[in-house]
Amino acid sequence: MTLLNPTWTALLYLAAAACFILALKGLNSPRTARRGNLIGAFGALLAVVTVFVSVKLDNIPWILGAIAVGSGVAAPVARRVQMTQMPQLVALFNGVGGGAAALVALLELSHTGDPWARLAIVFTLLVGAVSFAGSGVTFAKLQGLMTTRPVTFPGLPALMAVVLLAAVGAGVVVILNGSLLLALVLLLLGLAAGILLVLPVGGADVPIVISLLNAFTGLAVAASGLVLGNVLLLVAGTLVGASGTILTRAMAAAMGRSVAGIMFGAFKGGSTAGSTAVSERPVRSSSAEDVAVLLGYAQRVIIVPGYGLAVAQGQHTAAELALALEARGIEVDFAIHPVAGRMPGHMNVLLAEANVPYESLKEMSDINSEFKTTDVALVVGANDVVNPAAKTTSGSPIYGMPILEVADARQVVFLKRSMRPGFAGIENELLYEPQTTLLFGDAKDSLTKVLGAVKAL
Amino acid sequence: MDGMSLLTITVLAVFVGFEVVSKVSSTLHTPLMSGANAIHGIILVGAIIVAGQAADPWVLVVALLAVVLATANLVGGFVVTDRMLEMFHGRQRPPSSPGPGVPDGHGVVEPGKKERRQ
Repeated sequence: MTLLNPTWTALLYLAAAACFILALKGLNSPRTARRGNLIGAFGALLAVVTVFVSVKLDNIPWILGAIAVGSGVAAPVARRVQMTQMPQLVALFNGVGGGAAALVALLELSHTGDPWARLAIVFTLLVGAVSFAGSGVTFAKLQGLMTTRPVTFPGLPALMAVVLLAAVGAGVVVILNGSLLLALVLLLLGLAAGILLVLPVGGADVPIVISLLNAFTGLAVAASGLVLGNVLLLVAGTLVGASGTILTRAMAAAMGRSVAGIMFGAFKGGSTAGSTAVSERPVRSSSAEDVAVLLGYAQRVIIVPGYGLAVAQGQHTAAELALALEARGIEVDFAIHPVAGRMPGHMNVLLAEANVPYESLKEMSDINSEFKTTDVALVVGANDVVNPAAKTTSGSPIYGMPILEVADARQVVFLKRSMRPGFAGIENELLYEPQTTLLFGDAKDSLTKVLGAVKAL
Repeated sequence: MDGMSLLTITVLAVFVGFEVVSKVSSTLHTPLMSGANAIHGIILVGAIIVAGQAADPWVLVVALLAVVLATANLVGGFVVTDRMLEMFHGRQRPPSSPGPGVPDGHGVVEPGKKERRQ
């Protein structure tokens, strides 16, 4: 149908673009975030309706069917996914978006003879394919389909260089003569580059890569906007590309790493791969009852949840423990390290799911000064984010990462699965300090036992 | 639209993109990433245009695949972000508290002071 003239079409697309800006703006604050997201969804709906009434389209039943299939698959998955598995779902959605952009660019190749448009097509093909394949690998890593440790092999940097050079070569030819065959080759090279890019990235850094690939997909969408002469795609893609870049840097900064260091660290051999050796040094381990006494007669307790809590699905028990302690008149807060959980901000989501009000979730910079006046810091399934080596050992892989200063608390209790070091594979000296008590076991089991013991006090 | 206008729009969009997320607190990094992820699902518009102009069956098949993928990105992205944010409500206490939680279903518009924690 062509019910709308170009002016109205442009106005509606502009309105949709404004919705997207408001959506990102709204996501800046917990109070406006949900409304922001709904505004974004409305903008998307507006844009899709606009395209149906402004462009003469064939195959409309097919298109509607495809939309139904896409929604029918994605919406239930998005509704049902466990919040702990949410990072890989975001990676998956990001990847399919990149794949869609690459396919659109591929099909537009035969419609254009302009070298500039072909340049945009080449860019979209390559970046979209990198995003698709890279997201696939991050999904596999997070879903546990493959090892989360960095995967490298001797010829990797050379192979990457060859693939990129070949991609540039194929791209130049496509720009010059619009060869569909070479465009397909370019697509395959992009897929290979995406895989090679993400393989060497270690598990803890994967979320930053998701964010980076998210920005990549944004840029691919922006470029396809140039190809199709569609301003909405251009604006939306550029917005995501720009905001994704900033977000990637913010996340990396929260981990005390540089984006380049994460992407190429394993190439240089300075990756996050550490030892998984188990230390034999003596520690003070304790029973759930002893921990309950420590907690139950404290005045101020700070709970530091980490990845282990998320894996054990212990966030609800942690929330219950906080309530039980508060019922005894104890002041309880959760100290959230920016990268606690599987992805920056993930722990906030998990605890919010467990009905911990976000007022109780304190960010690192707000709470670090309060550990000095804290009786017990309860560290549940976290290790690297409280490791003083980040401040004291300049050779350590996590040196420079901001940490939660739990060592300042009068007592530190670690709920740990074993003495195995964390992601970064570094010993935590804090475990051997006199004020530290350890309770071994699965985070959820330990919390359940401590909770029972606190209630029995 | 001519190249200069497109370039102007692109540059301005870059600055807007930088600006809107520059002060976001780490509490919301995950939902923001997910929300931005949903927004680039708008490639669906491009996929629909390409599919609507496809004459060759193979082109149509590939274009419809793009439509399916883009829809999954768009719909799934917004739904999962909404689910995450649904959980970010305040403490559910009696209304005497100064910062009441957003009740489910309605009242998403919360004209209170903006919470910004760095």
